Amino acid sequence: MNVSYRWLKELGPTIEDSATELAERLTYTAVPVDDVVWLGEGLDELVIGKVLSVDEHPNADKLVICKVDIGGDEPVQVVTGAPVVVEGGFYPYVGAGQTLPGGLLIKKRKMRGEPSEGMLCSERELGIGRDAAGIMQLHGEYEVGQPLLQALELDDYRLDVDVTPNRPDLLGHWGVARELAPGGNADLRLPDFPGQVRCASSIAKVKNEGVTAGVTVRIEDPEGCPRYMGAVIRGVTIGPSPEWLGNRLRAIGQQPISNVVDATNYVLHELNQPLHAFDLATLSGPAVVIRRARKGERLRTLDGKDRVLDPEMLVIADAEVPTAMAGLMGGEATEVTENTRDLFLECAYFDPRRVRRAAKGLALDSDASFRFQRGIDPDGLPRAMQRLIELILTLAGGSLDGDVIDVNPRPSAPGIVTLRPARVGHLLGVELEPGTIKACLEPIGFQVGKDKAGSLEVEVPTWRPDIEREVDLIEEVARRHGYDRFPGAMRTFRPTAVREDEYVESFHRLREVMIGLGFLEAKTTPFVPQGEGDVRLLNPLSEPEDHLRADLLTGLVHRVEHNLARGQRDIRLFELGTAFSAAAGPVPTESIRLAATWTGGRAPAHWLAEANDWDVWDLKWILGTVASLATPGADVRPADPSEHSATLDEALAVIAPDGRTLGRAGRLPAARVDAPPWAGDVWALEVEVTPGRPATVDYRPLPVHPAVERDLALLVEKQMAIAEVGAVIRETGPATLESLWVFDVYEGENLPQGTRSVAWRLRFRAADRTLTDEEVDRALGKITSALQEKLNVAVRGA
Amino acid sequence: MEDFLSRLRELEESGSAAIRAASAPDELEQVRVQILGRKARLTQLLRGVRELPQAQRPQAGAEANRVKDSLIALFDQRAAELTQGPEERAPQVDLTLPGRGRWRGARHPCTLVTDEICDIFKELGFVRARGPEAESTWYNFTALNTPLDHPAADEQDTFYLADDIVLRTHTSPVQARVMQEWQPPVRIVVPGLVYRRDPYDASHAPAFEQIEGLAVDEGISFVDFKASISYFVHRFFGEDTATRFRPSFFPFTEPSAEVDVSCLLCHGEGCSACKGTGWLEIMGAGMVDPAVFDNVGYDSERYTGFAFGMGVGRIAMLRYRIPDIRLLYESDVRFLQQFERA
Repeated sequence: MNVSYRWLKELGPTIEDSATELAERLTYTAVPVDDVVWLGEGLDELVIGKVLSVDEHPNADKLVICKVDIGGDEPVQVVTGAPVVVEGGFYPYVGAGQTLPGGLLIKKRKMRGEPSEGMLCSERELGIGRDAAGIMQLHGEYEVGQPLLQALELDDYRLDVDVTPNRPDLLGHWGVARELAPGGNADLRLPDFPGQVRCASSIAKVKNEGVTAGVTVRIEDPEGCPRYMGAVIRGVTIGPSPEWLGNRLRAIGQQPISNVVDATNYVLHELNQPLHAFDLATLSGPAVVIRRARKGERLRTLDGKDRVLDPEMLVIADAEVPTAMAGLMGGEATEVTENTRDLFLECAYFDPRRVRRAAKGLALDSDASFRFQRGIDPDGLPRAMQRLIELILTLAGGSLDGDVIDVNPRPSAPGIVTLRPARVGHLLGVELEPGTIKACLEPIGFQVGKDKAGSLEVEVPTWRPDIEREVDLIEEVARRHGYDRFPGAMRTFRPTAVREDEYVESFHRLREVMIGLGFLEAKTTPFVPQGEGDVRLLNPLSEPEDHLRADLLTGLVHRVEHNLARGQRDIRLFELGTAFSAAAGPVPTESIRLAATWTGGRAPAHWLAEANDWDVWDLKWILGTVASLATPGADVRPADPSEHSATLDEALAVIAPDGRTLGRAGRLPAARVDAPPWAGDVWALEVEVTPGRPATVDYRPLPVHPAVERDLALLVEKQMAIAEVGAVIRETGPATLESLWVFDVYEGENLPQGTRSVAWRLRFRAADRTLTDEEVDRALGKITSALQEKLNVAVRGA
Repeated sequence: MEDFLSRLRELEESGSAAIRAASAPDELEQVRVQILGRKARLTQLLRGVRELPQAQRPQAGAEANRVKDSLIALFDQRAAELTQGPEERAPQVDLTLPGRGRWRGARHPCTLVTDEICDIFKELGFVRARGPEAESTWYNFTALNTPLDHPAADEQDTFYLADDIVLRTHTSPVQARVMQEWQPPVRIVVPGLVYRRDPYDASHAPAFEQIEGLAVDEGISFVDFKASISYFVHRFFGEDTATRFRPSFFPFTEPSAEVDVSCLLCHGEGCSACKGTGWLEIMGAGMVDPAVFDNVGYDSERYTGFAFGMGVGRIAMLRYRIPDIRLLYESDVRFLQQFERA
């Protein structure tokens, strides 16, 4: 919300702090002030000029020559292209050698042969309004040569206050002044307007329905509208607002429109009471009925849009049709125009939830609905209505007809909240005396009762709908006392009863390993197009990416493409994250995954070594390493070709101890990657993370006896899996067969058709003795005959 | 015997020195003849072994042979040096050439920051917790005292998966889940991905990392809250970083506070990073609202606590001076590699 410093000081004459001091105080004790803007920025040198004469330009149709009195001995000549310049009018003037707020330096120059010594400015050029169409004619009488800053009251600051949703009372200058005045509420007063017309109005209170000045006012929906005040003013003249009001509105970033509209806007920003003026002549009946909209009713609102209404929405209607959306916006048909003579003024309290629902339903935001949704002061209506009536009478003339009617089917009652000073100390950590508590609360309108058995009865002002509970009051005390006045003292704490999340350790280990292998951790966007996910967002940000990812790998492959497109050949990315899949209910199934993709060289280029790209044996090693960390006991196997061949070549699968498939890995088919010709193969893996620590380590004694190693070259048919051969060796080998591994695979000449030679090394060792050659030979014999028997595998050269 | 050994040592020293001093092959040959030749001093000493008592002969002989072997080895080495050219005598390997490398991996900057934050809070007894990213509106809003028909719910623009299922807009639902599962004392930190319907720009992303903290026990007060947060700020940003607490509003804390630290770049002078204020906003926090305790079945008269939350990306951007949040999610290897030593 924009706050004018001058306005604040008028409402709170005891406020003496500077604008920046106020901003700081508000930030430290209530709500943050994002910015303090000096409105006179760049306007120091501008003065008021009076146009004495306007003559045609001899050489140009669209230019005129003005003589302007700026308070000097001689008038200055200004050539301007402004469409309208009024003789005798007052305008902002900037002379040659001076600059405008945007930094534009004004120079003396000739325009089509006629010298121009300066410039008459538009609102936009002065940085005080949006109107760029014409130069800014000032209404009223001014002293020529007077500094513009004073004349337009631009020697002011605008505070940009970020009002939090719990503080609707700060959405008007009155509330902000209350918060900042040294004596709070008691210091505030409403100043007179220039030339104020007074009006002794009387209020007619009725419950649901009443008549004033011939207008029937009826509340049919007291839940939606507990209080509605109306007044009739006859004989107004609609016209522009005087300069003081325009200045005031411009100071808070509002554009003056016309006297009646500006008056409602002024009181809104002063007292935080949204108001509306109807052209009385347009109201059928004449009647003002506050009711639910009927199904299918329509209303064209002030923004020119046709709205289709439903019964959840509250409307103001005349005897026949809706005339305004209650608390949101007026209707076009009943709008005040320049021909309006009689007004019906509305000053009401609408239910925050009802206004909110309608605002959401119609996607309609306005200054009024913003305030009604947060809750205005239901007891503030009479003062705001009186202020509005006097302001309109002052600006637009006319007279009040009849009583002000106050339809109030549900009068508000002040809230009483019990506050225990002991609880204040308990929560805030510092004991505060009841006197201190009182001093925090009373200036801003709370009535603190006597201490009764350790508790205080606190009456909550009606402008603070956010205060309903003791803790709400404690927050008031804390902030008014000042957060910075509370010490920070570390006290002993008990260890938590909560056990750490079981994924933490898994994540830690997986990251360690991936980083050790040279991978870079990536975080990718979880939004994907249809086809890459089956969980749809109801309200996506962008149409193509309207699903949640079903895997991490696809996104990572896109990131590889992104890097390839930037000339990077060596790419190694991994991600730990969540994948989503549709489930039976509305809540998707989430699965925590590790995915990695990589391409390019196995190691950085080196002058000694030949460049060497990653291959499938790297894939197998990496997958094996991460799989057992991701899920203890997981096993890596060649994938069932029917299952994976479509998406990955040389595919491997990760199988859980319970047989479930946890992941996959392989080489991406060229068609799946958008890669330049110089790119290497792209490898990928994705595996589910199932928390749990790896099995604990049990120390095994180190061997004391020497090992015996034997090599075994076997002729294995090409279709046979080497793992099968290993399994038979392991099965038939004695307990002393400590380990075995393949150290060479040969395919080529001198071998029988369809076979390959696989060289194994077997290591035997006994824990309690040195093995003899005879023992080992016997064992080897058993193994070779078993191989021959079970697999028809022969020893090469035998 | 002693006399024999001392003469042997004297001969070893003078002989070695003479061999090293020889600066040309013929000079070296002269030295050889003097020391190792048939009439040389060592040969004579070796012959003298026979004249020693029987018991001393083996030791004397072994020592003499050792000296002879060492002088011969030294002679051979020097001879080789004198016959080689100067370039061959230079070191064999040019160690200015680069070593054979392995790729270095790197943690994501958000992970670096998350780990550091969690480690600091671990010192204060906080353990890590986690929760689902698709949440019911009850956990995301209602349990946290944020009625959906209150304007406070608008502060976070929400992605919906179904009428009552959202992508969590903060990590705070995990607070409610943990409190439902465990009784106090609760001290948790919750890092995780959260979602808001903000299009990408330099400081917004529709999915981003957040970290949340919650401490609940008997007797935790605003004073403990301030001390714990200040401890974190000093450990993370440095001892000379100032902290300020100012009022704010979050439906699930009361009193609520916004925590600012003195600007890391200008140290409070005012610069573009802090928009001239000298302060940087780093977290929202406050005392847990009793309504939250009521919603999860804790006794709100007995237990009090504090909670805080911060955007990990924002903290990482401040720490590493990253100008645009999108860099965090583009996965450009040239960006990620910069964190390999962090």
